[in-house]
Amino acid sequence: MLNPIEWSSGPDGEIPFGTPFPFSVPFALASPESPGLYLEGVRRIKERGGRLVSLWGSWTSGADPAVLAAFSDAEGLLLYRFRLSADDRSFPSIAFLFPLANRLERAVRDLYGWDPAGLSDQRPWLDHGLWDGPPMVPQDASFQRSPEGADSPQEEYPFVRVEGEGVHEIPVGPIHAGIIEPGHFRFQVVGEKLLRMEERFGFAHKGVRTLFRNRSVSDAARLAGRVSGDSAVAFQTAFSDAVEVATGSPPPRRALWIRSILLERERIANHLGDLGALGNDAGFGFGSVQFGRLKEEFLRTNARIFGHRYLMDTVVPGGVAGDLGRQELALLREECARTKSDVLELKTIYDEHGGLQDRFSGTGWLDPMLAGRWGLGGVAGRASGQMYDLRHSHPVPPYDQVHVPVSISRLGDVSARVQVRFQEVRHSLSFLDSVLEALPEGPFFIQPEETFSPFEGVGWVEGWRGEVLCWVRLGSGGTVLDAHCHDPSWLLWPALEQTVPGNLVADFPLINKSFNLSYSGHDL
Amino acid sequence: MHKILLKIFRTGTLTEPLPEPGPPVKPCPLVRGSLAVRHVDAGSCNACELELHAFTQAFYAPESIGIRFVASPRHADVLLVTGPVTLAMKDALRAAHEAMPDPRYVIALGDCACNGGIFRGSYAVSGGVPEVIPVDGQIPGCPPEPKRILAYLEQLVSAENKD
Ligand code: SF4
Repeated sequence: MLNPIEWSSGPDGEIPFGTPFPFSVPFALASPESPGLYLEGVRRIKERGGRLVSLWGSWTSGADPAVLAAFSDAEGLLLYRFRLSADDRSFPSIAFLFPLANRLERAVRDLYGWDPAGLSDQRPWLDHGLWDGPPMVPQDASFQRSPEGADSPQEEYPFVRVEGEGVHEIPVGPIHAGIIEPGHFRFQVVGEKLLRMEERFGFAHKGVRTLFRNRSVSDAARLAGRVSGDSAVAFQTAFSDAVEVATGSPPPRRALWIRSILLERERIANHLGDLGALGNDAGFGFGSVQFGRLKEEFLRTNARIFGHRYLMDTVVPGGVAGDLGRQELALLREECARTKSDVLELKTIYDEHGGLQDRFSGTGWLDPMLAGRWGLGGVAGRASGQMYDLRHSHPVPPYDQVHVPVSISRLGDVSARVQVRFQEVRHSLSFLDSVLEALPEGPFFIQPEETFSPFEGVGWVEGWRGEVLCWVRLGSGGTVLDAHCHDPSWLLWPALEQTVPGNLVADFPLINKSFNLSYSGHDL
Repeated sequence: MHKILLKIFRTGTLTEPLPEPGPPVKPCPLVRGSLAVRHVDAGSCNACELELHAFTQAFYAPESIGIRFVASPRHADVLLVTGPVTLAMKDALRAAHEAMPDPRYVIALGDCACNGGIFRGSYAVSGGVPEVIPVDGQIPGCPPEPKRILAYLEQLVSAENKD
């Protein structure tokens, strides 16, 4: 029996990395005592070339309010917990070291009312001025928003504006012209050319984090699967990992293998959909029909074998929701082979299509240097030359046995993101083929241990869009006290802004699609 | 070019026969033979949108029976709303509804839109479309499969269903 880790202990930064459980990525925890030590630790991570993964607040009755920051270090995940003092509800901003922390810290201010000290950006982020006070403050805590943090959200959101002759502004959203999620883009243009684009989000904010509170873990896993519907498997897997780490209950081997099948099927289905949509946005309806067909067939197989087209509720803490029989395995393998040859054929057509390549190449360039400086992962990061893929850098079973190569391109434009998707579909199909053949025998579910004192855990998974992280704090009887789900879109949306200048207004939908980021997963 | 033609030829027709119409629905007055639909995402988890995308694909081919998605609520017969209606989307949803020409037929698509679904009870959602604008029909599911969407909309365009 493995011992769950008591998170509260440990001096600053001194806890060594370890792999507490073979099914989870290695992680270490540190609780710096003072703002100075926190900043010092974060600076050290920065100097060593670490990346920011996520940042969030936590405040539950009976626990100290704290800001948690997760970084990716060479060896694994490094978590910092900065406890807020009772008389000064502020925390040091790390945005000057990691610029991508800006929105995450503003979100913490919106949700808890704590002030990120040193952050010059005073604008709200998720808050549209529609809630009474910071919504994540526990009911029994008497605390109001600090005056510094108080914004005037009723006023118009102050976008950065470009001045000059012939410059005008195009506001788009929150409702877009199509079947798209809600969000607002503010374009500054001159003629047909884009000078700048700025995002304004929070329209899809559903208060998901408060809904986690007091749910049973299995019920909470359902909710995690609906943080961003297109990444249901990734979130459910990360959430389940977090619960399993917290309770010290490793899932059975077979379950881990089946989870990888689900995760790769989710990746393939989304990539197929994106490849079709990208063709469509570049005026090539044929691509949309063909990839739409492949995706729909995948979804139907999902429904038939796993019971849900988007694989919701297939991963549960303790394992997976259902087993695979011999017949099902054969069917899945056969589908892989079929899809592989179809995708190859379509790839040749895409590659040889002059009109399509003309729209793709050079459009929406994400500077690989910037991607490196910001430590961007996911499809977009890899398409700008970044070698980040958790399946490769921190392989958990079965990725430690059946290897998935990292798909990268250094071009950084729409065509690079198309190519990375093509490569990943191919690699995932090969991976599936091997895994389906060698699926180990055994149970597919083991009830996680119940916890009797608060324990925490974290799960970190390479979803189809990028790195998904879930953190959970469990109370007695296995209910969730607090949970956080981090979508990779948080870090990639700012990158999208950077790709826009110099492009044509009409190319924006194509660029946006090539990132295909989540609004719901971001707004939470 | 020949590869494309060959592929089209080999793929053949994907469109499937129309599903059995679902339970009777409230008719949409003045609509005959064609239906203009405007979709509004009022804060869904985005899986309902995935199904709407799947719905527009060749298997279901809504355009073949006159159903098309339009860019402006001013051109729409039907407003198809997904999501639990977050507070931040409430005004935008009302504005879209207002911009529609009469009779402003509204469908709540997905459990969230019908009653808030899994997000019901949060401080940031209104708990479903009926809480914000009048609703004429509901298509439950989490998310509802394209077949169900088609089974509903089909009835709105078909001639028998006219008052
Ligand atoms: S009904 Fe289900 S699929 Fe649709 S938005 Fe709600 S949670 Fe997502």
